[in-house]
Amino acid sequence: MLKIIVTRVGEALVALLLMSLVIFLLSRLTGDPVALLLGDGATEADKAKLTQDLGLDQPLPIQYLTFLGDALTGDFGTSVTAGSQPALQLVLARLPASLSLAAVALVFTVTIGILFGVLAAIRRNSAVDIAARLIALVGQSVPSFWLGIVLMYIFAVQLGWLPTSGYGQWQHYVLPAATLGLFTLAAITRLVRSSMLEALGSEYIKLARIKGLSEAVVIWKHALANSLIPVITFMGTFFAVMITGAVIVETVFSWPGIGRLAYESILSRDFPVVQTVVLVITSLFILANLAVDLLYVLVDPRMRSRG
Amino acid sequence: MVDATTASPWRGSRILSGAGNLWRSLDWPLRIASALLILFVIVAVFGPWLTPYDPLTGSLRARLVPPAWQEGGSWAHPFGTDRLGRDILSRIIAGARISLTVCVMVIAIAGAIGTAVGTAAGYFGGWTDRVLMRLVDLALSFPVILLALLLGAISGPSFANIIIVISLVLWSQYARMARGETLKIRNEDYVDLARTSGLSDVKIIWRHILPNIAPALIVIATLQIGVVIVLEASLSFLGVGVPPPAPSWGSMVADGRSYIASAWWLCIVPGSAILLTVMAVNLVGDALADRINPALRGRNI
Repeated sequence: MLKIIVTRVGEALVALLLMSLVIFLLSRLTGDPVALLLGDGATEADKAKLTQDLGLDQPLPIQYLTFLGDALTGDFGTSVTAGSQPALQLVLARLPASLSLAAVALVFTVTIGILFGVLAAIRRNSAVDIAARLIALVGQSVPSFWLGIVLMYIFAVQLGWLPTSGYGQWQHYVLPAATLGLFTLAAITRLVRSSMLEALGSEYIKLARIKGLSEAVVIWKHALANSLIPVITFMGTFFAVMITGAVIVETVFSWPGIGRLAYESILSRDFPVVQTVVLVITSLFILANLAVDLLYVLVDPRMRSRG
Repeated sequence: MVDATTASPWRGSRILSGAGNLWRSLDWPLRIASALLILFVIVAVFGPWLTPYDPLTGSLRARLVPPAWQEGGSWAHPFGTDRLGRDILSRIIAGARISLTVCVMVIAIAGAIGTAVGTAAGYFGGWTDRVLMRLVDLALSFPVILLALLLGAISGPSFANIIIVISLVLWSQYARMARGETLKIRNEDYVDLARTSGLSDVKIIWRHILPNIAPALIVIATLQIGVVIVLEASLSFLGVGVPPPAPSWGSMVADGRSYIASAWWLCIVPGSAILLTVMAVNLVGDALADRINPALRGRNI
């Protein structure tokens, strides 16, 4: 068991290192920040000085090693556009908004998705089942940027129940979390429904019924427990979808999170911030997958013996 | 005196009756989805001959005309016009062509790269496998939109770039599937036989491996069409996709966003076009996946 954990953590670290290299190379390709920073009126001497200050005159491998060394000590450079604030500080300040939004969305989608999936499976072809299948289909098809705008139009502009954008109170969470969560809700509903249907036809459920257990215990304890394993398998993917979706949803709702920061810094070619924010997002990504892997080993005893 | 039609069936009628049987075997949602999909392809292919107006130029006297069923609308512009007086129906039709072109190109490019990498990794094994799969894992663990956004910002918005960007993001799924399927069959007798008879590795892969793993790859391709459409629309919405004035559905939504309170149709019509197309694609894709390879059910997450 310890061996599996060490291997997984090692793999995650290698992935992180490779990712830092990719991010470094990609952000070096996004264009010349010097020309962008100084504008057209700059003299050659100004350009040369800034190039030197930013360390851009060094060969690429040196630049990468410097970047890596600085990153390990928590120094990601200063933002080029936002008044030379430290990039890491800028990103960390935006992190709570994104994480709280993802958490709210995830908790709601998991709860509602499981409920919907189970009800759809035990009342097959009923109104609940049809509704669940419709949600699954629409949720996996609707583009989130458009869903956000439509929800904003209906609930904020037309009905005036919720604010269009902003951050701080619980009302602000409703629309972005719904937009962010619908895809995952659809996926969980679908997963739980199909694995519940499979479980309900299995031998151990027959046995549980023969033993005379109440229907509620059979469904909510025995069948559901086994149906949740695929949900856990995809938990990393769901978290990834949430972080990725954050770029679009945060842009639509002007949410002050790292998704919008990523978008803005990429468009303004703010190298240090781009590197930091993408690295933070991919680290979250890798950490989530690692957590899921480890959780899996804990939850499913069959996984413990495998390498 | 054998009935002439059964003795020598006319080929066209056989195809037609085959299509008829297929149609009858579908349930209603699938029939609607298939019809929508066929409509999408027809509109995309024959778009330039179907558009009632030029999708790129509008008349400023007809700005922000509402759809025909709204007050103030007219059937001259069934879905209304945008802020430059361009006919929305014409732009939707032209947008379908963009969507379909991107889909076909991306699936061809991503499919070719992914299949090549995956079969090579599965067939040769060892170090080739380890290195290539590390690369695939890396590509799979990078947040899709973020990678596309970065690449899009690097390359600048252009039609060719968006195809390359989306292909770079999606090839890894084919690679993983192709590797798994190749591993299953690479030690089959007929592959061994081909090897001992002196056929080159490339020829073995081409003649014996590829035809056998094709169904699984076709399933991935169908399940990916919806993803490609949404990704293209999302990138165009964020301004790093198909550059204006080309009427990508995503950039149409972006254009209409600031008019949502006064002219809702600018946003709602192109968005509905995306939703309906992707829903149809997903329904048909799921059904196809079920028929070709039931084991893949539920993979479409």
